[in-house]
Amino acid sequence: MKETPLSNCERDFLLKAIQEKKRLDGRQTYDYRKLKIMFGTDFGCCFVELGKTRVMAQVSCELVAPKDNRPNEGIMFFNVELSPMASPTFEQGRQSELSVKLNRQLERCLRNSKCIDTESLCVVSGEKVWQIRVDVHLLNHDGNLMDAASIAAVTALCHFRRPDVGIQGDEVTVYSTEERDPIPLSIYHMPISVSFAFFQQGTYLLVDPSEREERVMDGLLMIAMNKHREICSIQSSGGIMLLKEQVMRCSKIASVKVSEITELITKALENDKTARKSGGRCGFAESMPQERITAMKKEETSVEMTDVTEKAGDMVLQAEVPPQTSQSPVVPLPGMGQVGQGLQNSWGMEEDEQDEEENFNSDEDKETVMEVVKNQGQGDVVEISDSEEDEVVILEPEAVDKVKKKKSSNSHLKGSAAAQKLHNK
Amino acid sequence: MEDCSANTVSLREFGCEQNLLSRPDGSASFVQGDTSVLAAVYGPAEVKVSKEIYDRATLEVIIQSKVGLPSVKERAQEQCVRESCEAALLLSLHPRSSLTLVLQELHNDGSLLSCYLNAACMAMMDASLPMSCLFCGVTCAIQADGKIVTDPTAAQEAESRALMTFAIDSKERQVMMTSTKGSFSMQEMQQCIAVSQTTSEKIFSFHRESLRRRYSKSV
Repeated sequence: MKETPLSNCERDFLLKAIQEKKRLDGRQTYDYRKLKIMFGTDFGCCFVELGKTRVMAQVSCELVAPKDNRPNEGIMFFNVELSPMASPTFEQGRQSELSVKLNRQLERCLRNSKCIDTESLCVVSGEKVWQIRVDVHLLNHDGNLMDAASIAAVTALCHFRRPDVGIQGDEVTVYSTEERDPIPLSIYHMPISVSFAFFQQGTYLLVDPSEREERVMDGLLMIAMNKHREICSIQSSGGIMLLKEQVMRCSKIASVKVSEITELITKALENDKTARKSGGRCGFAESMPQERITAMKKEETSVEMTDVTEKAGDMVLQAEVPPQTSQSPVVPLPGMGQVGQGLQNSWGMEEDEQDEEENFNSDEDKETVMEVVKNQGQGDVVEISDSEEDEVVILEPEAVDKVKKKKSSNSHLKGSAAAQKLHNK
Repeated sequence: MEDCSANTVSLREFGCEQNLLSRPDGSASFVQGDTSVLAAVYGPAEVKVSKEIYDRATLEVIIQSKVGLPSVKERAQEQCVRESCEAALLLSLHPRSSLTLVLQELHNDGSLLSCYLNAACMAMMDASLPMSCLFCGVTCAIQADGKIVTDPTAAQEAESRALMTFAIDSKERQVMMTSTKGSFSMQEMQQCIAVSQTTSEKIFSFHRESLRRRYSKSV
């Protein structure tokens, strides 16, 4: 869908408010919106709510062959999915500019900063390594998708547990969750991105812009840092000219914000760990807020089934007898051919013995076999008269019966020999 | 005819939250046990000229799984959901418009298709789309010993002989859509349909209660 254009009065109102250091939702210039982090039922699933922006991240792993130039390192794969749910302008399948930008930024933030120890993901050097796949789904777009995505991705990676692997000589055993406890990834540091929106050619800046503010901004500065005050990635887009002092000021603000967010993430991970240890149920179902008027939950219920058998029996008796179906619903006209297992072969070619064998082997249920035999007897026999090759012989039902009976005595060769005899007639 | 040995089947704990996303016109999350799904509806809105229908709205269903790119399985599920929704919605009230339904899988612990159907219905209610009837999804699994289990978990689905999902309408408890996997006899299918119809009562009364709660003046 096309994006609804922003009206001029709305744009002017927003810019004027920003000049007076006021924001639509009442925040201060450097304030972040309320950040909520929740976890799913299985390891590696994380939901992040940054104000109204909602993001879900899921981490999964798979054993693959490593890249040729890095035989003893694991592979990290990132995918940011702009779900059509998040905004009416996002279309499924189309690689929009925003999607490319977010994907690239997340990759630079997490892969190039080497926050995960990829060498620990190696199982057999040169043959098998773990591929860690991070899927980030954007569920609701209310501004600052990059920050929410980076928080979700980092938290999901910290939360994820990969299956334990045992190596004895040449044998590699991958243990399931029940056999051995899965082990967490080895993470060096947690890079978090902080976004700054600039207005009026860099005069005013806002931290964590909302969707409306993003639409009127001139440019965006994204700084990814970890809590040790190391800049992992920095990107300025929109073509605004920034002074050195402005960038330094932003990085100072970012370091404060990043330490706050990292603290929140560690606290959320701790809470989840204690909840799982005490055996409590955890997941999206549990985190559904119950006190809201728009939410409702119902306990496990049982349903009475006493009269089901009689009801079902009545339905079957009352139902009409189904019409006799022919095996092939297509009526073969001269010049038309059919190809397929179980269908009448009407091409001008010899019937393949291989196909015959497969045909018989696939008929597991006795009932279906008998039905097929019956229908073949009732169906029309098609003779293609314009065949240039050997005469086509459609197997008669009796012959098919005989061959099928032979199948039960485990003599597939005999069956095919019988078919061969019929062909050569 | 196989007898279902137990006289009662059970539904897992289920819950729903509506209007939880700010951008879509209607949104709902539906939870059945551990299986959870998020649904969002946009519409009626502008439609591409290539997709417009002169006398009805065009319904588009998009199903996204948690991991990986969309595959044929998602397409098949999309078709099942779309058929049920098109039967329930009054599409002729919005000609040359588009209705988009997006379903996101949050966790799959069995009965996923019926969870998609339930979430879709709640989201369309939240978006106030005109419908001729509500619908619900019920999954039945027939285990190796012939026992019928409703709302199976992923473990129960894996060891079942047959798996059936029905979309049932609220007016006459008729079957709107069927999706089956595995082998079963005609009697077993009729039994499952009867079981699903009885189970759907619970879900429809849940619809009423949750809407009553939402529009109540005092809780």
